Amino acid sequence: MSENLVTVVSFSLFLFIIFLGLFGEFLAPYDPLATAASNTLRPPSWAHPFGTDNLGRDVLSRVIVATRLDLSIALSAVALSFVIGSALGSVAGFWGGWWDRIIGRFSDTIMAFPLFVLAMGIVAALGNTVENIIYATAIINLPFYIRVSRAETSIRRQAGYVAAARLCGISEIRILATQVFPNTLPPMMVQISLNMGWAILNAAGLSFIGLGVRAPDAEWGIMVAEGATYIVSGEWWLALFPGAALMIAVFCFNLLGDGLRDLVDPQRRT
Amino acid sequence: MLQAVPSILGVIIISFVLTRALPGDPAVYFAGAMADKESIEQVRQALGLDRSWIEQFFIYVGNLVQGDWGQSLKTGQPVTEELLKRLPASLELTIIGLGLAVLAAVPLGILAATNPGSWVDHICRLLVTAGVSLPTFFTGLFLIYIFYYLLGWSPSPLGRLDIFYLSPSHVTGFYIIDSVIAGDLEIFLGVLAQLVLPTITLGLFALAPIARMTRGAMLGALSSDYVRTARASGLSKSMVLLTYAFRNASLPVLTTLGMVFSFLLGANVLVEKVFSWPGIGSFAIEALIASDYAAVQGFVLSMALLFVTVNLTIDVILAITDPRVGLEE
Repeated sequence: MSENLVTVVSFSLFLFIIFLGLFGEFLAPYDPLATAASNTLRPPSWAHPFGTDNLGRDVLSRVIVATRLDLSIALSAVALSFVIGSALGSVAGFWGGWWDRIIGRFSDTIMAFPLFVLAMGIVAALGNTVENIIYATAIINLPFYIRVSRAETSIRRQAGYVAAARLCGISEIRILATQVFPNTLPPMMVQISLNMGWAILNAAGLSFIGLGVRAPDAEWGIMVAEGATYIVSGEWWLALFPGAALMIAVFCFNLLGDGLRDLVDPQRRT
Repeated sequence: MLQAVPSILGVIIISFVLTRALPGDPAVYFAGAMADKESIEQVRQALGLDRSWIEQFFIYVGNLVQGDWGQSLKTGQPVTEELLKRLPASLELTIIGLGLAVLAAVPLGILAATNPGSWVDHICRLLVTAGVSLPTFFTGLFLIYIFYYLLGWSPSPLGRLDIFYLSPSHVTGFYIIDSVIAGDLEIFLGVLAQLVLPTITLGLFALAPIARMTRGAMLGALSSDYVRTARASGLSKSMVLLTYAFRNASLPVLTTLGMVFSFLLGANVLVEKVFSWPGIGSFAIEALIASDYAAVQGFVLSMALLFVTVNLTIDVILAITDPRVGLEE
């Protein structure tokens, strides 16, 4: 009962976050980029519930508008790793042999790096842009998708329905695409929702150290970084609200992932 | 040992690809904005960029082995020197942070597993779920706000030692050890005070996965036949718990530690930025902003090699703890 409640709460939160991401710019009470020299560093008040920043911008509006950028970075990265990872993983799991060895070695090599550090290196090499943040996040997440997809494919490659399809004379690649792959989707969905939170954290971490998103664009990581300077002088609202938004979004995706996993794979319940 | 060879090779290949994947023509970049065609060509030859990829790769590996990792554009010093100078500061953070996390997470996980459904178990679950959602830079900042700004308990979050103190004379580079060697209690306490908040930040981050794994592994071990047999033989509770259950449960926990260490090396970069810690993470961030490629690639490579070494060490410890691991190979 209480676990259902947690899933319901996290699912409503998820819908709310998506809603903010889609319609944030219409909901924000102020223009997120409008500065006001007379109204800088004000603590939260009725007019500005999250206070104003060092340029007089409304923190609430910036936090709301940032949702779209943060979500789209994470979603694109996760989508990329899902497409590439499940293609590589199902090839490795279905045909095995050399395919498996090469793809396995490739994914081990990525895992041999501390992943956030590798992302930094990739962004440094490709150039400091938002697209490259997405590519870097996608690459470091690849091994997780390859691993799940490979495991789920290889346990199904000798399944009865695969043998039946073979007897019908369907080509191997069509068996993989139409018989095996759709069955690996539920565990992959769990992986996606567990991974989403991590992708958001990772992208925010990269922009926190000054990569990717540039000022004055609103993004949670860079907002926390901008607010960090004011923490030691007591202006806590600059960093707290974007940081809390980030945390809630990640928390929501993690809870949702756990809930989904319990549905798909009740045995692995913790 | 042989297991590490393919990982090291893979790491070197990827870091070679990263150094050659610079946007545009690296020769143009390194020749500078004022360069004409001739000097670009000279730079190309000097960097060996006119040779084939295979040749370039072997030259690159040769340079790495000889300790020539390139020079930092910003400081003009060899990258290896810059990294080695800053490594102890970062390791001090990572190791103490990991230590704190293990000290807190393992007992928590064991308690949660021995009393499933109790309040300890619920706290453990809450911490585990919340812990993975916490951005490290955010926790760090709010520890600073509470303990430095509001309570005033902690020294200003700027670096490894308050500016009032002189840093201890260099022996190991680890300030904690160096201040003990110097026999200076005041500096030792000063160093410790600076370490508290950043290591707690890292510890909180590492706590969640370790606690989760300990709890899961202990639950598995406690429901096993050998624990039932040990209990039935009338062994004491602590003997069953620690000698039989925990020794078996420690294997997956050790394996998790490798993964946690990898995440910690990344989190370290963020924590160093928050606390203005003069480690290799801060160095890498400065280098990234200044497009100092050799320095960034040196940082990535050294972190990867460090991680490979840690994994190797964990494998060795695993083989010692569990004789079966060694026999299988």
